Amino acid sequence: MENFEYAHPAKLKDAIAMLGANWSDAAVLAGGTDLLSLMKDYVEKPKRVVNVKGIGELEGIHTGKQGIMIGALVSVEELRTNSSIAKDFPSLVQAAAGIASAQIRTMGTVAGDLCQRPRCWYFRNGFGLLAQDADGKSLVPGGENKYHAILGNDGPAYFVSPSSLAPALIALGANGTITGPSGSREIPLANFFLIPKSASEREHALKPNEILTRITIPAASQGLHNATYEIRQREMLDWPLATASVSFRLDGSTIRSPRIILGHVAPIPWSATAAETLIAGHSLSEELSEQVGEAAVRGARPLSQNKFKVQLARVAVKRALLAALIQGA
Amino acid sequence: MAEYKWPPAEKRSLIGKRIPRIDGPAKSSGRAKYTYDLNRPGMLHAKLAFSPYAHAKVTGIDTSVAEKMSGVKAVQIIFPVGTEVHWAGQEIVAVAAETEEQARDAARAVRIQYDVMAHMVSDVPPDRAGANIVNSGEVKEGDPAKAFQEADIVHEGYYGNTQVVHCCLEPHGQVAEWQGDKLTVWASTQNVSGIGGEFAKSLTAKGIPVDVANVVIICQMMGGGFGAKFAADPWGVACAQLAKTTGRPVKLMLERDQELMEAGSRPTLYARVKIAGKKDGTLTAWQSDAWGTSGPQAQSPLNLPYLFRFPNRIANFTAVLTNTGPTRAWRAPNAPQQCYVTMCPFDDLAAKVPMDPVEMYRKNFPILGPRVKEYAEQLTIASGLMDWKSKWHPRGDTRPGSIKRGVGVALHTWGGGGRSSTCQVRINPDGSVEVSLGSQDLGTGNRTVIGIVAAETLGLPLEMVHVNIGDSRYPPSGSSGGSTTVGSVSSSTRVTATDALNQLFAKLAPVLGVTADRLEATDSRVQVINDSSKGLDWKQACAKLGGTSIIATNQMSRDIISAGVGGVQMAEVSVDIETGVIRVDKMVAVQDCGLVINMTTAESQVYGALIFGINYSLYEEKIMDQQTGRHLNPNMEFYKLAGMNDIGELVVHMMTGPGYDERGPIGLGEPPTVSPGPALSNAVANAIGVRVPELPMTPDRVLAALGKA
Ligand SMILES: Cc1cc2nc3c(=O)[nH]c(=O)nc-3n(C[C@H](O)[C@H](O)[C@H](O)COP(=O)(O)OP(=O)(O)OC[C@H]3O[C@@H](n4cnc5c(N)ncnc54)[C@H](O)[C@@H]3O)c2cc1C
Ligand code: SF4
Repeated sequence: MENFEYAHPAKLKDAIAMLGANWSDAAVLAGGTDLLSLMKDYVEKPKRVVNVKGIGELEGIHTGKQGIMIGALVSVEELRTNSSIAKDFPSLVQAAAGIASAQIRTMGTVAGDLCQRPRCWYFRNGFGLLAQDADGKSLVPGGENKYHAILGNDGPAYFVSPSSLAPALIALGANGTITGPSGSREIPLANFFLIPKSASEREHALKPNEILTRITIPAASQGLHNATYEIRQREMLDWPLATASVSFRLDGSTIRSPRIILGHVAPIPWSATAAETLIAGHSLSEELSEQVGEAAVRGARPLSQNKFKVQLARVAVKRALLAALIQGA
Repeated sequence: MAEYKWPPAEKRSLIGKRIPRIDGPAKSSGRAKYTYDLNRPGMLHAKLAFSPYAHAKVTGIDTSVAEKMSGVKAVQIIFPVGTEVHWAGQEIVAVAAETEEQARDAARAVRIQYDVMAHMVSDVPPDRAGANIVNSGEVKEGDPAKAFQEADIVHEGYYGNTQVVHCCLEPHGQVAEWQGDKLTVWASTQNVSGIGGEFAKSLTAKGIPVDVANVVIICQMMGGGFGAKFAADPWGVACAQLAKTTGRPVKLMLERDQELMEAGSRPTLYARVKIAGKKDGTLTAWQSDAWGTSGPQAQSPLNLPYLFRFPNRIANFTAVLTNTGPTRAWRAPNAPQQCYVTMCPFDDLAAKVPMDPVEMYRKNFPILGPRVKEYAEQLTIASGLMDWKSKWHPRGDTRPGSIKRGVGVALHTWGGGGRSSTCQVRINPDGSVEVSLGSQDLGTGNRTVIGIVAAETLGLPLEMVHVNIGDSRYPPSGSSGGSTTVGSVSSSTRVTATDALNQLFAKLAPVLGVTADRLEATDSRVQVINDSSKGLDWKQACAKLGGTSIIATNQMSRDIISAGVGGVQMAEVSVDIETGVIRVDKMVAVQDCGLVINMTTAESQVYGALIFGINYSLYEEKIMDQQTGRHLNPNMEFYKLAGMNDIGELVVHMMTGPGYDERGPIGLGEPPTVSPGPALSNAVANAIGVRVPELPMTPDRVLAALGKA
């Protein structure tokens, strides 16, 4: 890795002041499970590393009137084992449980999971976020793309959003609090993720001098049926090939306000709105869940090597819906 | 007189028993030092600058910036201007600095200019490989055309093994240190006695004259080799050059990406196969058009089919040249690939007959090579352990639900035997015993095997024997390849320990008032045969040596070892036909290797081989990008290996007793790696009703075979 300046502020305010106007000025360091690999591979070369681990106000899971508030520094393992989350949001526990290994879950933080960079192997091998050749043409469509996007892949971004927590949180209607030099703002997590149009943009709404400080699952989300279903090849230390996180309210046997969010299939957590429409107001059966899975991938445009992910996304939706139905019933 | 021949079963106190490896506590407590762990006083660290291009000519090397960087002590050009580079990742320059980080930064600061040339890294069939092919012609036996015409059943299919790498957990590398004109290299090597000569020759050619007698190679602990670590390697020689230039010890270990990019991979093998048989399952004809790559050098032709001697056969092979990095011997070189492209079509034909493949193997014993007697027994035992009869069903699990289960079988052979080994056994007047050989323990348990043979021969407990290996100053032993290590070292140790014991008997005979041929060593005693009251305990006996130790040196004898083993493996899998994800439920391996010296480490070899097999069958894949010529997954994240939960139940059964023991020890490292591919692939076909033609059977391939992707 390149040399860098190291800062370890104790206050959020100070941490923000240490960030820069450009992404290359400074990087936020939380658990470091992603940032350090990126730096060791010279993919990221921040001039300054701002370790936020000492900032107490970013810690802890608190339940209040607004709902459950999850501090940026809460570890994935803490999230997975938290009893109020386990009670109401199995979907989140399932997503957290699938992440890598106990070591990574213990070091990795919730905000770090949401802000981690894509695992696209062209990006990680130094070909840039958009994996472009010298002429600006993406290497992905004509290259090795079996793990790449099948949705939202009109270009120039073809990577998949790596976060497993994001689809689950979005399906639960979570909001993110972003804090910068001029204060804090809260946005739906669904709006946090963006598809970059140029290599200098990021995959999220943060500015270089902002920190994601908190995630809130609104109180209104309590009582939702919810589940995450992941398809991964290996049991351990492997990335999902496709995931679906779903939530809905049951009115008798009628599905109300469904959310279906696909993970690892698009450059952002992918909202399957057509599928949501199909299911709203109906009662769920095996057949319907299959049709909903079908609807979720209808717009998919697989690349040369990843047609199988269409099938996987379809199945993930079906199985997540059926799991959510059973849960709490 | 003690004899070389192995003791009969009832006389063995250690051989064939379950004995924990003697270096186990050191390894599990972290005290064992691998090459990577060694830090010599004043040691520098070296890192490599390597080519990002798969095919290029080096036109300029500018090390001036790197040389001025802080901590940098020396720069060594490995491949000078003018060199044609044949794969991305080929090392060009090594830089030594005070710290690893400084060396890494400096290696990145080396400016290398290239004339980039056209490359090919895609593993394509010959018709798409342009001029990059070498056809080795056709082998023909019998009258295949007629046999196919007359056959009751013919099956045609395509089968392929993509590229996998060795992925040793400890990468290649060494620490080199000079003392005057003497060079010591602590290397992660399978060839302790052999690479010294290579260092001497290469260094002399590069202007550092050194005699092989002045080169010491040391390798006490090793984190895997699998066939990739036989050579001094260019980076090893560069490491020694840097140590000479700087006058300080230098450590150069490959980084994970370099290890995966260039330090060893397995040749690929693809084939279009046509196979024919009679209604009763008797095989009659074979035809194969095969191709594969072993990187930039043409691969030697691979004989097909594996094992079966078809009366009618036509086979050809085309080597495809690619810029994917060189291949190296990979655990049972070529046999897993050959076995795969043979046992899968065999299984497909059995499904067409239709016939239980176990029965069809039996049916074809007449053409199944020299080990059919073993196969006959092993098939029965494996079937029992797998509960094959109740689990096997005709192709395609018809039970409802998305999880389909199936079983598969394959069998294999391998040579093994002995290569060369000289041993020295020293019996000291204080009763201590030292056994010394320039052999190496790759993690196989070789050190323990040597100790067991010596202790058994001398009638001592294992703790009484001190085993010295992993140092080229000991008598030379062959490299650990071809499953020849245990055959070699057990033989040389047995012979030499017997010689030493006979010298001891000669000294003691007058003391005990009998002739030497009436003495035996057992239970830590030297005593008169059939009269245990007349004898001395070991320490007293050795005390009679006075001031001089017994030192015996001798070579292995081929009379007490042999070669040629057989094995049968069965796999049971569950396949989710909606996701293409395969879970291994169970694998059974039945294996012979002649006389088993240590049951524990023998079984461990087979467990390891099954895990190896699960890895290359389901997960491992070297992903090459044709556009950039680069290896995209030279890491442990997307170069996938199984975790604990991915492995399933493994059952290992070693064949022992009459018919096996009297053949003497035969090596075992490689053979059980051969069958897992076809056993697993056949199990998947049995489960889902169709063949997944290529390994690894990743979800995309499984779903494609099912027509769902
Ligand atoms: C082998 C392996 C398998 C994995 N599998 C999965 C998986 O299946 N699913 C999954 O979701 N994840 C997976 N992960 C990723 C893992 O979850 C993340 O690495 C981890 O959660 C990141 O958290 P961290 O605190 O270590 O982040 P860091 O490495 O410290 O930071 C990651 C990024 O986020 C930024 N960042 C961190 N915190 C903040 C903040 N508060 N505000 C703004 N920016 C911030 C950093 O600047 C950096 O760019 C895997 C990782 C590995 C190594
Ligand atoms: S070998 Fe295991 S414990 Fe060691 S660094 Fe790798 S993942 Fe961690």
